[in-house]
Amino acid sequence: MARISLSSLKHSYLPNPSNDADWALKELNLNWDDGGAYALLGPSGCGKTTLLNIISGLLNPSHGKVLFGDDDVTGLPPEQRHIAQVFQFPVVYDTMTVYDNLAFPLRNRGVDEKTVGERVSEIAAMTDLTEMLGKRASGLTADGKQKISLGRGLVRTDVNAILFDEPLTVIDPHLKFQLRSKLKEIHQRTANTMIYVTHDQTEALTFADRVVVMNVGEVVQIGTPEELFETPHHTFVGHFIGSPGMNVIPCKIDNGKAVLSGVSVKTSNKAATDVKQAEIGVRPEFISFAKKGLEVQVTKVSDAGRFNIVDAILAGNPIKLLVPEGSPIPSETAHIELKADRTRIYCDGRLAGLEGAA
Amino acid sequence: MNKTVNQKAWFFVLPVLILVAFNAIVPLMTVVNYSVQETFGDNVFFWAGITWFEDVLRSSRFHDAMGRQLFFTFTILAIEVPLGVIIALAMPRKGIWVSVCLVLMAMPLLIPWNVVGAMWNIFGLPEIGLLGKTLNTIGFDYNYTRQPGDAWFTLIMMDVWHWTSLVVLLAYAGLVSIPDAYYQAAKIDGASSWAIFRYIQLPKMKRVLTIAILLRFMDSFNIYTEPSVLTGGGPGNSTTLLSIDLVKIALGQFDLGPAAAMSLIYFLVILLMSWIFYTVMTRNEEQ
Amino acid sequence: MLELKQVGKSVGGTVHIHPTDLAFEAGCFNVLLGTTLAGKTTLMQLMAGLEKPTIGNVHFNGADVTGLPVQKRNVSMVYQQFINYPNFSVYDNIASPLRVARLPDSEVKRRVGEMAELMKISAMLDRRPSELSGGQQQRTAMARAMVKDSDLILLDEPLANLDFKLREELRDELPKIFAERNCIVVYATTEPTEALLFGGKTAALHEGRVADFGPTSEIYRRPASLTSAKVFSEPPINIARVVKKDGRIFLNDEIHWQADKALSDGEYTMGLRPHHVLPESAQKSDVAIKGTVKVAELSGSESMIHFDAFGEDWVSLSHGVHPFESGQEATLYADVSTCFYFDGAGKLVAGGPVSEEG
Repeated sequence: MARISLSSLKHSYLPNPSNDADWALKELNLNWDDGGAYALLGPSGCGKTTLLNIISGLLNPSHGKVLFGDDDVTGLPPEQRHIAQVFQFPVVYDTMTVYDNLAFPLRNRGVDEKTVGERVSEIAAMTDLTEMLGKRASGLTADGKQKISLGRGLVRTDVNAILFDEPLTVIDPHLKFQLRSKLKEIHQRTANTMIYVTHDQTEALTFADRVVVMNVGEVVQIGTPEELFETPHHTFVGHFIGSPGMNVIPCKIDNGKAVLSGVSVKTSNKAATDVKQAEIGVRPEFISFAKKGLEVQVTKVSDAGRFNIVDAILAGNPIKLLVPEGSPIPSETAHIELKADRTRIYCDGRLAGLEGAA
Repeated sequence: MNKTVNQKAWFFVLPVLILVAFNAIVPLMTVVNYSVQETFGDNVFFWAGITWFEDVLRSSRFHDAMGRQLFFTFTILAIEVPLGVIIALAMPRKGIWVSVCLVLMAMPLLIPWNVVGAMWNIFGLPEIGLLGKTLNTIGFDYNYTRQPGDAWFTLIMMDVWHWTSLVVLLAYAGLVSIPDAYYQAAKIDGASSWAIFRYIQLPKMKRVLTIAILLRFMDSFNIYTEPSVLTGGGPGNSTTLLSIDLVKIALGQFDLGPAAAMSLIYFLVILLMSWIFYTVMTRNEEQ
Repeated sequence: MLELKQVGKSVGGTVHIHPTDLAFEAGCFNVLLGTTLAGKTTLMQLMAGLEKPTIGNVHFNGADVTGLPVQKRNVSMVYQQFINYPNFSVYDNIASPLRVARLPDSEVKRRVGEMAELMKISAMLDRRPSELSGGQQQRTAMARAMVKDSDLILLDEPLANLDFKLREELRDELPKIFAERNCIVVYATTEPTEALLFGGKTAALHEGRVADFGPTSEIYRRPASLTSAKVFSEPPINIARVVKKDGRIFLNDEIHWQADKALSDGEYTMGLRPHHVLPESAQKSDVAIKGTVKVAELSGSESMIHFDAFGEDWVSLSHGVHPFESGQEATLYADVSTCFYFDGAGKLVAGGPVSEEG
């Protein structure tokens, strides 16, 4: 196990990249602690799989270094980096039994059968595969096969990190839920560093201690799920995380304060004095109906089970608010209140008053 | 999913049906007809029942030919299948060399079969053929026109040269369809090349290999042109395979009855063995 | 109106769809909700005429269309895999059904333009599908399905292969797009949240049977059977066996609560949705449940706590971050006023949340 560092890493798939758009990964520096659970979260094409492949050694970066602990592993192939990877679709050795599948990485490294037996039983118990050990791997369902893939990574003791590339993609939706919490459970028990790539925020936020949000080859923000939810540094993060995402409403700035439809709006931060136009970001959870306040037209109410999502128009902009199950919802014209400490000003998409990088 | 039933389709198929009936079914029925009758010429026929069948099945000539045929078929399968797989494994999967290799592999398959026979005929001639002359110079006493052993050697070499490419192309297609992730996962698991072959490549190629083996089996059992041009069945009858023997009886001796019976037996043997092969190989898959 | 009268489908000896009666009307989203092999796709194929039912009839606007092949019906279908003609441009793709119907070019141009505008792909009209992103390809497929002005549009999990955020976006747009048209829309999905957000009517499917059919809110809040409650719950509904006697309901000797007078004595299966099991007590009638936490999934805005109590695996879903350690003993509170009670046959006998407007 080791600390993983990425130093001045940049990657382009083209031989002579000339402008920004040619770089699949723009310059980044990241440090990951030993034993943590991390997620790389972003939309398709943001570079997260490229980054994962660079860490695992399947791809050589065009610039920069990858370090495991103090060792520069940038040139090393995957088998020498002591990592395990679980791919998008399950990779199992069809002709072997589940037991042999799990034993395979150990046998290849010359481990004696007794140790193999112990490790395999341990890992099988952890992944709920004990009853299947004698069966042929090809007979299992997709989630069983992914567990085998995971098991093969866990069974080795020399693993620096386990990397997951959207592993729940082919799993049935109702089994996804189980496998997801199983992954979290396993992480807590084994203390391996785990890096998980996904576009699904639920997967990323529930699994990881820290999430790296990426967009168009850049790291937009890194933080704990709570930090990303409570204090998005960028409107992209605010919009991307949360279902529904953060509301972004254009506003005017008067002396650092936000003004919407002529009404001053209390926010937790102030904009720079020379700024005239900006945006207000506030999550639907932190808007509530009130007797007086900003005026909105309610256009639609959707029932999402444990809460209702209300679509409304505020100063010509569509917004959403979440109303708990059972609360009354006014129709037509109504008034809303924004929770001041969760309402923020964003200039050019970035949180106003934020110094430097994420 | 049910496709729409459209009766008009029959009209498209009818011309072909008529053609096939004319060229295949009717002649086949003629053969059946001949196989149960005896003639002394002049279109006079006597009912012979299963006489011809009995004769053929009892004749040592038939047994010998069958024996030679089986030896031939199993020898070439034993050589061509492993060799084909090895070559397919060695072929590049990406890059410009892929097209070059595929073309090289396809070339032997494009040559007309009698030309193949003629090529090897000349190639093997002890005085003027490249192979023949070289072997004799090295010290081997090689003459395929005189020695049965040499004739068999040449026959088998010719078939391997001609048809291994088929196995290569089929196996290659199977290999190429294996997603990269499998190789990556195997690398990460620390698997050796042998382990990768045994646990990933071979299982994934099983289907295509079944087809390749079946095709080679049927074709080699049917083979006529190349050995006929190469050795004519000689020296003596040492390389007279079933089809060559059949033609000798039917056209050489003009014994239509036995020839017809032999054809039918031949046909049924191939059918039976192909079915057995196929069932055995696909049953393993279902387990 | 599309009616399925005792429609069933068997292949070989296996029954894929048990005899079913369903009626779908235009003007609202009709959702087929169920897990992957529940029979949604088969049912849709029966509705479209791609498959013939083994028994039963399909009626459209009163006329029996059971034997009618799909080409003669006015049906469109959108699939999970973005299916477009790869060699046609987006324009030609959308125009293809109109050209098959031999409409004049000017009419084709007008309608394609309109549809592209609606689906927001006007800028892509001369590109090929392979040059588009996943979301854009799916929009093209939908545009092609809708330009025909069909009487019946079937959507088979069309958003399943899209990124999380993209799914949200399209989910918002779809009802608006279909609101204008007078066609019957049938939408298959595995996610209860989607069914809820669309509103309309939902048929809950399980193993080839329709467990429930009706207005979505009602099915959600008053599931007719245990199966229906299970299908329509994500995370999975918490269940346990209980006994009612002496005016109280007993889960086990320690956990019991006041029962509704209307319920007769006996054994029942109770169902409690995860968002009614909370780490903190909300009202006095809440019942305390002691258990061992297996894993706590924290997503920054919500906490999903999997715990082991009285031999069952239960899940609690709550707002905010409630960190628990694996293996920790914890007490959670169940709002039993929202419990459902199902009898031995799985039918709902009592329960449901406090009444609210649908």
